[in-house]
Amino acid sequence: MEDKMTNILIVGVGGQGVLLASEILSLLAMEAGKDVKKSEVHGMSQRGGVVSSHVRIGKKVYSPTINMGGADVLMSFEVAECLRALPWLRDNGTAITSHTRLIPPITTIGNFSYPEDPISDLKKKVPSLKDVDADTIALELGNSRLVNTILLGVLSHSLDMPEDLWLDVIRKRVPPKFVDLNVEAFTRGRALNFEETLAR
Amino acid sequence: MTSEVDMKVLLSGNEAVARGAHEAGVEIATAYPGTPSTEILETIAMQYRDIYAEWSPNEKVAFEVAVGSSIAGARCVVAMKHVGLNVAADPFMTFAYTGVKGGFVVVSADDPSMHSSQNEQDNRFYSKFAMIPMLEPSDSQESKDFVRFGLEISEQFDTPVMLRMVTRISHSKGIVELNDPVKHEVLGFERNIPKYVMVPGHARLRRKIIIERLEKLKEYSDNSPLNFVENGRKDVGIITSGISYEYAKEVMPDASFLKLGFSYPLPEKKIREFAKSVDRLFVVEELEPFLEDQIKAMGIECEGKKYFTSYGELSASVVADGLAEAGLLEKSSVPESSGEPLFPRPPVLCPGCPHRGVFTVLKKMKVPVTGDIGCYTLGALDPLGSMDSCVCMGASIGNAIGIAKANGSEKSVVAAIGDSTFLHSGITGLLDASYNKANITVIILDNRITAMTGGQNHPGTGTTLMGQETFHVDMVKLCEAVGVTDIHTVDAYNLDETKAALQKAFDHQGPSVVITNRPCVLMPRKVKEQPYKVISDSCNGCKLCFRIGCPAIAASKELTKKGHPKAIIDPDLCTGCTICAQVCPEDAIVRADEKV
Repeated sequence: MEDKMTNILIVGVGGQGVLLASEILSLLAMEAGKDVKKSEVHGMSQRGGVVSSHVRIGKKVYSPTINMGGADVLMSFEVAECLRALPWLRDNGTAITSHTRLIPPITTIGNFSYPEDPISDLKKKVPSLKDVDADTIALELGNSRLVNTILLGVLSHSLDMPEDLWLDVIRKRVPPKFVDLNVEAFTRGRALNFEETLAR
Repeated sequence: MTSEVDMKVLLSGNEAVARGAHEAGVEIATAYPGTPSTEILETIAMQYRDIYAEWSPNEKVAFEVAVGSSIAGARCVVAMKHVGLNVAADPFMTFAYTGVKGGFVVVSADDPSMHSSQNEQDNRFYSKFAMIPMLEPSDSQESKDFVRFGLEISEQFDTPVMLRMVTRISHSKGIVELNDPVKHEVLGFERNIPKYVMVPGHARLRRKIIIERLEKLKEYSDNSPLNFVENGRKDVGIITSGISYEYAKEVMPDASFLKLGFSYPLPEKKIREFAKSVDRLFVVEELEPFLEDQIKAMGIECEGKKYFTSYGELSASVVADGLAEAGLLEKSSVPESSGEPLFPRPPVLCPGCPHRGVFTVLKKMKVPVTGDIGCYTLGALDPLGSMDSCVCMGASIGNAIGIAKANGSEKSVVAAIGDSTFLHSGITGLLDASYNKANITVIILDNRITAMTGGQNHPGTGTTLMGQETFHVDMVKLCEAVGVTDIHTVDAYNLDETKAALQKAFDHQGPSVVITNRPCVLMPRKVKEQPYKVISDSCNGCKLCFRIGCPAIAASKELTKKGHPKAIIDPDLCTGCTICAQVCPEDAIVRADEKV
């Protein structure tokens, strides 16, 4: 990454583990000797609202937030939220999303509708979209809450960081009971066969 | 203990303030929870157990406890959100007169853009109002370091000091270099009546002292290393503070900067010299023109709010747009908006939330409901849509009294207030209702925790912040003690019982209280009973269960003969609260393990 700034935007819905994922990413950057800032808003967003976390990695980081159109990588744990956050992605940036659909009550009372086929909508705008059926993988691993770590595995190809460092940080940061599961989830995500694109 | 010097850790601004308190030898820390300030005290209580830490019932009490500790010679930190300082403004304004013994830092965490607040007041004005010094950190490192600076300034100048945070500082994480903690001894209480007893004769003497103090602080501000110049381009100079510094630095790193960490009182000499050294002078600050107006009052020409909005948070792109408008940067080519509109995802009451049933009943009763601050304020949003006012902590009861008095005799208005908010500042309102015979019904939504801010203890919980078991207030006795005779305790999961209690309350002359008694579903432990399911054959697609706004209920792909979607329940999200089963006219919702 040299001196160039890398901007990663992680989005999802309250309770999906956005904050833990961005924490792991930030610790990774710090361990790798980079400057890093991450920013998110807590509070109302925890009640089923949108959660987004900005992570900026570079030699010296000033603003803790990413500008619209400035994210090198957009990673979403919920597919409609990926659509919502697309304006933050820069041209030719990398978009990663889980297939997870979390349909809010506001759509069931008929005022709004959840997109029919968000993956196609996304691919029209970002042909290189890395879409992952992370829920299925998580269930195979036996814990539905692993979506965030699986996607971190996918994200790992966008950053020039050694796999061992990722695993070290994950081991340090997740609750002891869940270390093995998370390591496995990360490895499964990393093994997914997407064309490698370094975010530079 | 091994030295922690040179250790680097990733800390949020709030965690850094907590660390700063530890490193500076703080003995006493108090607060009432409020976003974005809450994690300061949580971190202190969890990680720095040498510090006595408490959740006080409200910010005024938190402030007053810390004042007492300072008078006794302890170093103190008191933390609150911006509107919390309104509650504590009374002791704040006069403690500025008495001054301190042990160092005293009040943390005000403001919320530009109102991510989780009812207004976006700029609390920098409070420092000027009270004539006390203010420090504004720009990142986590400064958040930590400025606590110690603040305590030292406090002791040196005999004044409380304000540490002014904003959401983007409090809730952003950055790398922080740690220092070893210093030892501080509690100096002990000594009688000093003219200094601490603010009767008119003493206060007049103190008033003179604080005017003189402010002059000394101006001189100090001019010499403070917290206010420094970064020389760059001579054609553009930027005076800035707090988070705005980071945005301006990001956008125009080669400009000349005067960065103000000690931002009240202003360093006038430094500002004059800096202004002379550059061709065009800009002031970049979030919210009000606090710095700009003062700099202009010095007779110095500068440009600020002309280009940088006072509405909401700034960002690097907002600052870039402003500088572009001023002719210093190219206009950015970033697309303005998103393309297709998408459904909104507003915050909602959790599945199983005990507030849901109460608002379902209130909606049917079609009565005016004055509201208050907490999770239950979400009862104002669709589909529940049954709250008519929300002003500040505790306001629901006073508002209801006012409506009742204006409306005349019929008893219908309901005040809805949470337990933590009631104990914070609802009790005096209820006392007023008894004393002045107000025809109102107060619903205390008692879930035994401060839920909205993430589950903090309060005097109704039975545990202190530091984890000690303690007294917990008996809500019924408390209401009786302030003169209420008509009190009903109901199960919030029972719609008929809740409705019947409200009916009885409406029939009673004078104030009534209805207390709900189900705990929060998230804290202190997750509530998870047997989930419910929809018997698809029985569902007629009436949508009544959609109208309770439960995230566990969705529209199924399966349609009725008339083409209406049937309901479906997510068993992972459903906690088994039964509210949907109670509103279903077809009895189509049953326990998931029930054979049908």
